Amino acid sequence: MSNTPAVTTPPAFDVARIRADFPILGLTVAGKPLVYLDNAASSQMPQPVIDRLVRYQTTEHANIHRAVHYLSETATTAYEAARARLQRFINAREAREVIFTSGTTEGINLVMHGWGRKNINAGDEIILTVLEHHSNIVPWQMLATEKGAILRVVPINDAGELLVDEYEALFNERTRLVSVGHVSNALGSINPVKQMIAFAHARGVPVLVDGAQAAPHLAVDVQDLDCDFYAFSGHKMCGPTGIGILYGRAALLEAMQPFKGGGDMIHTVTFEKTTYNTIPNKFEAGTPPIAAAIGLGAAVDYLCGIGMPAIAAHEHELLRYATEHLSALPGVHLIGTAQDKAAVLSFAVQGIHPHDVGTLLNQEGVAVRTGHHCAQPLMARLGVVATSRASFAFYNTLADVDALVAGIRSVQKVFA
Amino acid sequence: MSADPKALYQEVILDHNRKPRNYGELDHPSHHAEGVNPLCGDHIHVALDLAGDTIKRIAFHGESCAICKASASMMTVAVKGKSAIEAKTLIHEFVDMATGRIAAKDGPHIGRLAVFSGISELPMRVKCAILPWHTLQAAFNAEPSASTEAEADPMHAPLGDA
Repeated sequence: MSNTPAVTTPPAFDVARIRADFPILGLTVAGKPLVYLDNAASSQMPQPVIDRLVRYQTTEHANIHRAVHYLSETATTAYEAARARLQRFINAREAREVIFTSGTTEGINLVMHGWGRKNINAGDEIILTVLEHHSNIVPWQMLATEKGAILRVVPINDAGELLVDEYEALFNERTRLVSVGHVSNALGSINPVKQMIAFAHARGVPVLVDGAQAAPHLAVDVQDLDCDFYAFSGHKMCGPTGIGILYGRAALLEAMQPFKGGGDMIHTVTFEKTTYNTIPNKFEAGTPPIAAAIGLGAAVDYLCGIGMPAIAAHEHELLRYATEHLSALPGVHLIGTAQDKAAVLSFAVQGIHPHDVGTLLNQEGVAVRTGHHCAQPLMARLGVVATSRASFAFYNTLADVDALVAGIRSVQKVFA
Repeated sequence: MSADPKALYQEVILDHNRKPRNYGELDHPSHHAEGVNPLCGDHIHVALDLAGDTIKRIAFHGESCAICKASASMMTVAVKGKSAIEAKTLIHEFVDMATGRIAAKDGPHIGRLAVFSGISELPMRVKCAILPWHTLQAAFNAEPSASTEAEADPMHAPLGDA
C-alpha cells in the first residue's frame, strides 16, 4: 500500500491483510485482476465465514428447536448464539427482537403482512421516499391497493438528499407508518433517519428503516435510532445469501400477526385452533436457513473484529478519493452528491449507455452494476433510465479506484 | 472465458451507433411496434410500410445501448426492400445466431450481421441485440409491444410463426 500521506488509511486498518481473508478477490477476470465494485448488490465472503459454514455442515448440522439429540442441540445452540451476536451488532434490547428472515425484502414484507394489514385501513397514509429500492415500495403498494390506503413520497433535491421540510409537511392525522431507507442503494445518500424517526414518533407514527445498505457500512444502533423496525440482509455484509434480519420492538412484534404458518411458529395445534409461539419463533415458520444464520453470525464477528468505525473511515476515504478522481474525468458526470454519503458512486459517461460501460469495464476486470438499481421511480426523478454504479466495501483499495478510472478512460477510447 | 467484448464493439457497430441508419419516425406506417427490455431500459420503436409484400420504408427510434441501436440500424438496412417473408426468415436466423443456436456461417442470409455473432458469448447482452428483431416481429404480428422478458422472451420461448 502507498505511504503517501494523502492516500493512507488509519494505521490500524491493514487493507492488504484484510484482502488476504477474501479468496475470491484473488481471481482474474478477462485476464486482469478482479476489481470488485458491486458491493451494494452483494459483498464477498471472508475465509472465517466460509470456514464456519464448512464446520457447521461437517460437524454440527441437524434441525433446530426439535430433537433432544446431540446434533440438534449443537445446531440450536449455534443458531441462537448467532441471533445473540446480531442482537449485539445492532444493540437491540433483547435477542427475541431479532428475527431471522430470508433478507431485507422478506423483512419488509413481514411487517407489511404482520403489522400493516392489521393497522392500515382505507384512507390511511404511508410515507415513503423517492430514494427507495423497489422492495420498500412494492409491498406498500400491494397493501395500499388491498386496503385503499395512500402512499406519500418524500422528494429529494438534485444532489439526492431528502427534503426534510417536505417530509414533515406530509404528516397529517391519517399518517400511519413511515418506511424509509437508511442509505440509498442507487446514490449512497445517508438519510437523516434519527431525526425523521423523532419527528414521526412525536406524532405517534412508527417507522421502519430499510437498513440493507447501512448495516454493512455504519455502526447501527437501533436503540439510539429509536426505530420500530430495522431490516437488513446478510449477503451485503460478508454473510451468505438467503438470510437477513428484521429487528422489531418486542411490544410491536408481540401484537403482530404471524406472516407464515407452519412448524416452529406454533405453540399448540388442533384442527379447531392454533396458538402461536412467542417471538421470535412466531415469525420463523418452517426450518430456517440454519447454516446461513450461523454464517451471518460469523460475518458479524468478522466485521466487529475489524470494527465498524474503522470500516466506515476506510470507506469514507475511498469515497473521497473516488469522487475526486471520477469528477476530474472529462465526460463523466456523478449522479448523487449528497453531503452525507456512503461509498456508492453512480455515474454517467457522456454518450455511452451504462450497459456498454459495464460490458467494457468487465473487460478490464472491473465489476460495476449498470441499470436502474431496482429504483425506477428514482431514475425517473433523475431523468435517466439507468446509471453505472461503483459501490465499495472495506476490502477495496485506492488502487481499485485507479483501475476504475483507467477502465472508464478505456471505455471512452473505444467510443471515441 | 467470455469472448473479448472489444471484438464485438468493432468499427461497424460503433459506426451504426454513432450514425444510425433509418433513424426516426414514419408518418402513418402500416406496421408499428414498441420494444422494451425492462431489465436494462432499452426501449425502441420500429415502424414500417408494406407495399404489397415489400418493405417499402422502415424506421426506428428510441433509447438504448450501442449494441441495441447498432442492431436496429443494421436490421433496417438489411430488411428494407425485402419481402415480409424474407425479413421473417432473417429474424429467425439472427435470433438463432445471437443466442448461439447456429453459427453465423450457417445463416445463409446473415451477411454483414455476422458482426453480432460474438454476442452469444455475453449472455447478459444477448437481449440488447435481439430486441429490435423481436420488435420487428411484433410489428409484423400487429402486436403493439414486444418485450425481452417472460413468455415474450425468445431466450425462453420460440418466436411466433414467421
